[in-house]
Amino acid sequence: MSPQDIAEIIKSQFPSDVMEMIKFRDQVSILVNKSRITEMMTYLHDSPDLSFDYLADLCGVDYLGRKDHRFEVVYNLLSIKHNHQIRIKAFVTETDCSIDSVVGIWAGANWLERECYDMFGITFNNHPDLRRVLMPEDWDGYPLRKDYPLKSDLGEKEWNGLKEVIQSAERNKIHEAR
Amino acid sequence: MIIDGTTALIEVEEGIKVIPGANTIIASVDKLVNWGRKSSIWPMTFGLACCAIEMMATGASHYDLDRFGVVFRGSPRQSDAIIIAGTLTKKMAPIVRMVYDQMPAPRYVIAMGSCACSGGIYNTYSTVQGVDTILPVDIFIPGCPPRPEALLDGLIKLQELISKEYFNWSRWR
Repeated sequence: MSPQDIAEIIKSQFPSDVMEMIKFRDQVSILVNKSRITEMMTYLHDSPDLSFDYLADLCGVDYLGRKDHRFEVVYNLLSIKHNHQIRIKAFVTETDCSIDSVVGIWAGANWLERECYDMFGITFNNHPDLRRVLMPEDWDGYPLRKDYPLKSDLGEKEWNGLKEVIQSAERNKIHEAR
Repeated sequence: MIIDGTTALIEVEEGIKVIPGANTIIASVDKLVNWGRKSSIWPMTFGLACCAIEMMATGASHYDLDRFGVVFRGSPRQSDAIIIAGTLTKKMAPIVRMVYDQMPAPRYVIAMGSCACSGGIYNTYSTVQGVDTILPVDIFIPGCPPRPEALLDGLIKLQELISKEYFNWSRWR
């Protein structure tokens, strides 16, 4: 099934949720409302014609200053059975920075959602174990947000763990033979 | 062989004398200890990124670190040096410091590669800008990654550094 057909099916099935359809070089993305995201994903997973049994990737995007809604969560779906793909983008605003988890549908979404939470601070409701996955657990801030410092010098926001190591290195300097 | 007062000592190297025929070497403790240390640098295996591949290549048969007495150890308690091979992230920094603290003195640090020396291309929120912010580094080896020859040169530089040490064997050093 072509991506265009899949997008049409989703639109007919969830007419009020699909906001926009974007076609670029034969790849079709659809922008959807996050309110019924689990319902939509369950339909995509279970429907025998679509049968999206594989979540290839889940990631976040920060559109600070470019779009009204700040974040988007992007689901790249693949059907191994039918060999077709679709990209779903659910928009998330900064004030209500959360979306329902899809771990119940694809177990592989677990760490992908944790990474998205770690990097963008988007909360996934009903996630079984929403902790940071890459950064230290007591890290302050969400590094892939566009308003996060780009360079290594974080100044006041520097991670406490590194500050402690530098302090202990300073303390132990007198014990070094050279 | 009879040793008499007239047999002159032969100076084979500065500060090292040999009694001819007596199978005896006369040298200062400094010379002896430094010679022993520089001939058996046992580095802690600590590969963090792609530099570790080059470090492994240096240890393998083609470049053969064993001929310098360099044998990689799996425990910091048996190590004399630590080769920080690769990008040091801020999350990894406390662990590197812990491993270093577990090493018995005298201990040496080699920063291998541009990431370990200065952070390299990774001037980002998660990268330590050079391991010298958390460890006293003896040898910096630039390169991305350094070739095995460069690592060998770094180890030879460390041997030169050790051989120039003075009084680094005493309790009161």
